[in-house]
Amino acid sequence: MKTILFIEDESALQKTLGEILSQEGYEVISALDGEVGLRLAKVKKPDLILLDLILPKINGFEVLRKLKQEPETKNTPVIVLTNLEGIEDVKGAIELGAQTYLVKTQYALEEVVEKIKKALE
Amino acid sequence: MGFKEFLAQLNIFGQCRKYNLSLWQCPSFLFLVMGIVIISSSLIAYVLGNRYIENPETVSLIVLLLTTVLFIVDFSITRSFERLAEASRMKSEFINIVSHQLRSPLSNLKWTIDLLLSGRLGKIEEKQTEYFKILKDNSARMSELVSDLLTVSRIETATLMFKKQKFSLGNMVKELIREFEPFTRAANVELAFNQEPVLAEVFADPNQIRQAIGNLLDNAIRYTRERGKVEIALLKRNKNLYLEIKDSGVGIPKDDQKYIFQKFFRSENVLKYQTQGSGLGLYIAKSIIEKSDGKIGFLSQEGVGSTFWFTLPTAN
Repeated sequence: MKTILFIEDESALQKTLGEILSQEGYEVISALDGEVGLRLAKVKKPDLILLDLILPKINGFEVLRKLKQEPETKNTPVIVLTNLEGIEDVKGAIELGAQTYLVKTQYALEEVVEKIKKALE
Repeated sequence: MGFKEFLAQLNIFGQCRKYNLSLWQCPSFLFLVMGIVIISSSLIAYVLGNRYIENPETVSLIVLLLTTVLFIVDFSITRSFERLAEASRMKSEFINIVSHQLRSPLSNLKWTIDLLLSGRLGKIEEKQTEYFKILKDNSARMSELVSDLLTVSRIETATLMFKKQKFSLGNMVKELIREFEPFTRAANVELAFNQEPVLAEVFADPNQIRQAIGNLLDNAIRYTRERGKVEIALLKRNKNLYLEIKDSGVGIPKDDQKYIFQKFFRSENVLKYQTQGSGLGLYIAKSIIEKSDGKIGFLSQEGVGSTFWFTLPTAN
């Protein structure tokens, strides 16, 4: 079973997207802040990381930078899932090594699930 | 400016009260003070200068003193302008923060409705689906409003990014017509598009221009009632392309025409027919077109229809 680490402080989103992904047969590990997210990424070695950018404790950009520095996590694909849509934010996240950048309000839930499935193929 | 507005401008106290400013922070009042100070100080300098003409040191001292007074008045005027600019910046920043904060609960709402409608949590009765759709439509409307507010705040803080490139305006219009198809069908409006056979490409930011045309088209369809027609024409005019969207809608009353591009302005007569709309669409369209070196305008007659047009420079 493939594992997805979902780093997102909105518990409502954790619940909705988590529910669908579990139904699709993935194991979803949730982290509600950047610090826990980084720790779980090292310990659980997920196949994919879903990352919000505005996070308590350590923000998403910093999490992304650290993930890409650590040998254990640097090859794990990261999908950024956020409401920040400024060109600078997108550029910043891609330069730091995010594989995909998705703006939450622009996608229906099923579309996001499709993108996640594709990234895990 | 009409005579009435000119008189209103002269009423300095009224102006200051309108902006909720104390007199010593209000630019119009400070200008008046400065005018009085300049005139009286010139007179004083003249009179005293004449009297002490044999004693140039006293005259220079007087001039120095008067310059200091002028300097102080000048300084407070500049400060009052800075405060106004600061207030305006804070307002835009406030809109920016609020809209960002609104987005998270909105996307939660949207995805929760998506999940419920997907039937993954159990089958939904047909009657329930209807109401879930109402929820979905309204959360989409709210998202659009928030995104319009964000665009406005970016326009006002000059942080709206323009990534200019060459593209075909004709193809963009065709795509938009396809996207609007369900909307035009629901509104019972016929949409026609005519363009000159060979047209150059324009040089602008395609995403922004798409939003501007979308806003104009949305209005044209929205405010056309019962079996109306919307005609779009694309032509070449000198070094520009000219796009025109003509509707047979409710039109804009003459008195409202001068305010139509102001943000949050909504004409009296559309409020009668349509409750939806934020009054931001035309403001955004105008800002985008003008920042793309184009011009925008309209002709309208109440009860007959409106024609909105804009130009964009062609790519060389």
